[in-house]
Amino acid sequence: MAVSEPSQQKIYLPAESVTDPEIPLANLVPAGLGVHLKRLVQWGRKSSVWYLSFGIACCAIEGLMAAGGPRFDLDRLGSFFRATPRQADLMIVAGNVNLKMAEVVKTLYEQMAEPRYVLAMGSCACSGGPFRGSYNMIDGVDQIIPVDVYVPGCPPRPEAVFQGILQIQAKIMAQAEKGARK
Amino acid sequence: MPAAVYGLNGRELADGRILVNIGPQHPSTHGVLQVIVELEGETVISAEPELGYLHRCFEKICEGWSYPQIIPLTDRLDYISAIFNEWVYCRAVESLMGLEIPERAEYLRVIMAELNRIGSHLIAVGTFGMDLGATTPFTWVFRVREDLLNIFELVTGARQMYNYLRIGGVKQDIPEEFPTLIEQFFAVLEEFLVNYETLLVKNPIFVARSKMVGVLTAEVGLAYAATGPFLRASGPRLDLRVSEPYSVYDRFKFEVPTGTNGDCYDRTVVRLAEMRESMKIIRQALAQMPAGEIRAKTPKVLKVPAGEVYTAVESPRGEVGVYLVSDGGTSPYRLKWRSPSFVNLSTLPELVKGTKLADFIAILGSIDIILGEVDR
Repeated sequence: MAVSEPSQQKIYLPAESVTDPEIPLANLVPAGLGVHLKRLVQWGRKSSVWYLSFGIACCAIEGLMAAGGPRFDLDRLGSFFRATPRQADLMIVAGNVNLKMAEVVKTLYEQMAEPRYVLAMGSCACSGGPFRGSYNMIDGVDQIIPVDVYVPGCPPRPEAVFQGILQIQAKIMAQAEKGARK
Repeated sequence: MPAAVYGLNGRELADGRILVNIGPQHPSTHGVLQVIVELEGETVISAEPELGYLHRCFEKICEGWSYPQIIPLTDRLDYISAIFNEWVYCRAVESLMGLEIPERAEYLRVIMAELNRIGSHLIAVGTFGMDLGATTPFTWVFRVREDLLNIFELVTGARQMYNYLRIGGVKQDIPEEFPTLIEQFFAVLEEFLVNYETLLVKNPIFVARSKMVGVLTAEVGLAYAATGPFLRASGPRLDLRVSEPYSVYDRFKFEVPTGTNGDCYDRTVVRLAEMRESMKIIRQALAQMPAGEIRAKTPKVLKVPAGEVYTAVESPRGEVGVYLVSDGGTSPYRLKWRSPSFVNLSTLPELVKGTKLADFIAILGSIDIILGEVDR
């Protein structure tokens, strides 16, 4: 499929163009359609990063429950937990993965629909943490699935998880630009 | 469990029964527990918990680490009530060393532990409401818990993994404004307890879902060596704080709440009552607490005399115990952890036999397990 050239006219983000009455919606359609459409799609994806409700260990209390709870409220970023991997975009690996768990984590990752993102939360998921090197542990979840963002800490504060999810959002938006440059 | 069982998931067995895997990724298993349930229609014929998804080699790691190093590692076992893990471990080491703990340190330990009990029971009752389909209690619980975590952060510096106890005492003293903050928090908590009881415990749907569901008789509970509010809901007044008073618990006046039926409803009511008792203990402890040292003198390189000891404290889940064997060196020769969650969980097949699958989730939630402690 041929990718159309980016248009010379000023590029508006879809959200602005919809709300600004001076820009007709038709402006979205011509030459730069590929870029605009990609941005629109990525903007939608960015604004609804639904994470898989899958807590493995201690980090789940901070990263999934407290962060989703009333004070921190992940809903503000458009993130909400989903109980099934089929509906989730983001997997927060909150805890340490051992040999028995590795198979399950891998299956869950494969069950998620693309595009899918992984946030390794806590020292254990990043590199093994205090349990690094013991007989049953996988030292870092990146040995079994690709990781997009690492959030270190034992456990990281909910604010750190927020930062991680903002990084994921930035990454999603950057993918739109990357696609446009092709 | 062998791969053959995975293959049978959702399939019909020869006599019309169905095998269903619940977990390890399931919103209601409170962690990474897997239960293989055999169903006939919707009735549970048998249930078999499958463990090991969070086995982290804790006991083996301890054999290579020095005694003070292990304290933060114990936090990661029962991660909702971390102080109790530190406490039982420190008590084991101290009793082998024959250390005298300053009185103020004992009071500080009691205060922080009882605060942690409140935090743990908050999560237990909140997630139990969620297991029954009520989302509001969950958000309420976390709102109150954040107030509690502020206090913990002020004293210990951490929200969840406190690393507050030291062998021979505690890390640091409480700040001056601590009693005021506690009273402010208690005002919030008392309001929450009243609201929670009105919203959920007296709710007809909640009563119908939890009354006489998952009944644990006192005989079965005692035969399985279950402990904690899980057992006390069935009647036995077994609480280490009263039956074998450790630390300074013999100086406080408090009740041990018990239930009569041993069902999911009673377990929730007992937990709510225990929060009120913890408040009583903290108030008394703050009033009685003497001034003085908060840490006994210990050598820089800690060597524990050869010997073995078993110590236990009453955690929010029951009797958490440490069996420690020392060969006179700087790290334990063997450390065995007796986790109440694991023992309480072993009653699950007994409890769910003959119930409906929907009740299975409620029963599992009412046991209040922490997988970090079950698998270690």
